[in-house]
Amino acid sequence: MEKTLDTFKIGEKGVIIKVNGEGVTRRRLFDMGVTPGANAKLVKKAPLGDPIEITIRNYELTLRKNEAKQVTLKVED
Amino acid sequence: MIRVALAGNPNSGKTTLFNALTGSSAHVGNWPGVTVDKREGEYKRKGYEPISIIDLPGIYSLSPYTPEEVISRNYIIDEKPDCVINVVDATNLERNLYLTTQLLEMDVPIVIALNMIDVVKKNKDEINYNKLSKALGVPVLPVSALKEKDFSSLMQVVNEEASKKRKGTTLLEKTNLNDLVNEIKGLYEEKGENNSLFHSIKLIEGDSIERKNHEKIYQKVEEFKSNFNDETFGNDLEAIIADERYKFIQEECSISFKKHQEPEYIVDKKGRKKKVKEGTISDRIDKVLTNRIFGLIIFVVILFFVFHLTFGEDLFYLKAMGAFNNTDVTLGAGTTWEGILFSSGTGIQSPGVLLQTILVGFTDFITEQVGIGLDLAGASSWANALICDGILAGIFSVLSFLPQILLLFLFFSILEDSGYMARVAFILDRIFRRFGVSGRAFMPMIMGFGCSIPAMTNTRTLATDRERTATIRVIPFFSCSAKLPILTACAGATVTLFGVGNADLITLGMYGAGIIIAIIALLVLRSTTLRGETPPFIMELPAYHWPKFSSLMLHVWDKCKHFVKKAFTIILVSNLVIWVLQSFTPSWQYIEYGDDGFVTGLTTNDSILANIGKIIQPLFTPLGFGSQLGTFGWVFAVGAITGLIAKENVIATFAMLGAVVASVPGVGGIVSDIEGASDVAMMIQATNINIPGILAFVVFNMTTIPCFAAVATAKAELNKGKLKNTIVFWLITSYIAGTIIYLVGTWWWTVFIVLVVIALAIVSIHFINKARDKKANLTLNN
Ligand SMILES: Nc1nc2c(ncn2[C@@H]2O[C@H](COP(=O)(O)OP(=O)(O)O)[C@@H](O)[C@H]2O)c(=O)[nH]1
Ligand SMILES: [Mg+2]
Repeated sequence: MEKTLDTFKIGEKGVIIKVNGEGVTRRRLFDMGVTPGANAKLVKKAPLGDPIEITIRNYELTLRKNEAKQVTLKVED
Repeated sequence: MIRVALAGNPNSGKTTLFNALTGSSAHVGNWPGVTVDKREGEYKRKGYEPISIIDLPGIYSLSPYTPEEVISRNYIIDEKPDCVINVVDATNLERNLYLTTQLLEMDVPIVIALNMIDVVKKNKDEINYNKLSKALGVPVLPVSALKEKDFSSLMQVVNEEASKKRKGTTLLEKTNLNDLVNEIKGLYEEKGENNSLFHSIKLIEGDSIERKNHEKIYQKVEEFKSNFNDETFGNDLEAIIADERYKFIQEECSISFKKHQEPEYIVDKKGRKKKVKEGTISDRIDKVLTNRIFGLIIFVVILFFVFHLTFGEDLFYLKAMGAFNNTDVTLGAGTTWEGILFSSGTGIQSPGVLLQTILVGFTDFITEQVGIGLDLAGASSWANALICDGILAGIFSVLSFLPQILLLFLFFSILEDSGYMARVAFILDRIFRRFGVSGRAFMPMIMGFGCSIPAMTNTRTLATDRERTATIRVIPFFSCSAKLPILTACAGATVTLFGVGNADLITLGMYGAGIIIAIIALLVLRSTTLRGETPPFIMELPAYHWPKFSSLMLHVWDKCKHFVKKAFTIILVSNLVIWVLQSFTPSWQYIEYGDDGFVTGLTTNDSILANIGKIIQPLFTPLGFGSQLGTFGWVFAVGAITGLIAKENVIATFAMLGAVVASVPGVGGIVSDIEGASDVAMMIQATNINIPGILAFVVFNMTTIPCFAAVATAKAELNKGKLKNTIVFWLITSYIAGTIIYLVGTWWWTVFIVLVVIALAIVSIHFINKARDKKANLTLNN
């Protein structure tokens, strides 16, 4: 099943298949290792529900839901 | 001399390595992006020529989207260092090597310092350096910047490499983009460009700087794109290249890394199987600190303790809770230290206040001795006053903040170096985004309650210029510790004189007013002159670790130096000017002030400063402390000016005039144990200022131009040319805020006029922005 990163539940894992959008934010995501093929896991959400924290390429990355919306992943059903 | 640049991801340990190599004291921190500008130092070794080392800001990539990346990239391209040491965090190879793949494309010798090798060893992981070196084509050396002392083998290799020339290499060689790269590279070479490989690949990635400079060559890339179609990425070359980089890292480099597998169960002595706890210690700490429910509370508690330990007069509120009621003890009774550390009357002082008291005791002693010495030497009374009141008192009043600033810095460094600050940004981003800044902006703002100077320096960690400028501008509204006396003295005087309310509540209310003004100002700035998207918040959360004592001390010492330097330069000069203005009449007669008040019949009321005050006094009429006040009304105007040097001067100015004002009929008789409150009360009696006028005066001082030291810091941190507008912004904000408070406080119905004006302002900003967007869209579409 395909879904975007902002809809993930805590603990959910997936493989990135596409990073949408353009410009600075997308480039930044690439630079931080958010590229197709990478495994990502939603570790937690901030106390107010946004931003979120993911584990990717063996480190912790935080991003807003708004940016996470651009990332599509494939998850096991 | 050979020049070697350190490049690498934020938090990879560049600054630690820089400090270890050069014996310098640059600031290290567990916060992405602590080094913003570059630093230089020298590596010295017996029998060898010294090597110049440059610490570049931490970057994740060489794309041109943050100031750090542009600085680092331009440094390597323009300044052509002899060698680049790429500092790589060995515990996080994959992401760190992403930058390496880009650095390798540049025509510069590269040596990879595989840092944090101590952690790798502790985790029992293994790295095959030879394999890695072969894959990357450059030397790879394991180091531990933190634990090792001797870097001679690393520097030996650096020395050898620096003497060779190296042409850029790319992993795209083995992909179907190779022909394109070669073609574009050829075009760059025809133009005689250096680093042709790097430039050509950046152009293919659609890099904005490269495109701007070489729009013509970019046509070739566009041509290529129109005929190109990748299965997954289409013709999105930027994505393809990023993907190829990571593929290369995974396939060629990650094989050299062997992770130690923890067994899922351990068998204890009695032969029982026990499940190993999941997650590292860092993970478990994190679970608590960023907990959904307690995260915010824990944060507030930590913050409270930081400020309490730095500024608290009554440690842990022991006295307020009645701990000493039944005892009457004073530590060090009968000595000069009586009551300093502790007395049952005031409670125990916090470390910050204690250090300050000791320092002030010491500097007062010096001033006194110098005064006595000058008298003995036969110096005239004005020379004595110039040195003691003008020079020494000025410098010492600024220096008296040093202990608290340093302590505040120490606490914040601990929080930062441990990795907690990054989490705070994570927790608070949701709230701060509403005001047009990211969660990172929180740090400098909260530091502003202590002192604006370290707070402004801290804005370097913010992502965009606009966010940085907006934050620097509102920092003074978070009322610093030097402004506290204004708040307490005015609140105390108001309460005793008019019998209204509660002094603590008024003080707290003023703090609140400052925060509200800051929020409004941020909203206004971010929708007018500093308009722009809320910067994206994509940030690494570094692992927690114990702060290292020596690096903390180095950092604090570094700050100390800066602050002291400022006290002796800009602040000294401005103090002298104000002293002269308040000590002489316009006809240059000296106004002598002795132990029993003014000596010659001339008072500060006759000084140049008072005359200036009288001229500018009408300006403050809308704020309630202008022309409507009596004879001594100018003192409010002058207080605002002397506050520019240091905000303590505001109340100090009142105190100086106290002796004069006390002789006015109907003035005096107010006794208050709040420092300065009786002076303010006398001024209120002498000038007949009303309560809204006093409040307006307090708010004006809180939000206007901060002290010179803070202005100097703002100048250093802001982009060129931004300081002028910033000063105008401070003036306008404080003027408007003061006016509103006075008007609405005096004539309540003016609140409707104020609301109408605000509504009109909001509507017009909205329409102006709409019109601007439309115009911008039109130009984009054309
Ligand atoms: N365990 C360990 N920690 C290190 C090492 N080098 C740096 N650190 C820590 O990593 C953090 C980031 O270091 P810093 O020099 O500020 O990184 P920079 O952002 O690249 O300049 C600091 O807390 C250092 O104490 C190392 O070799 N071993
Ligand atoms: Mg650094």
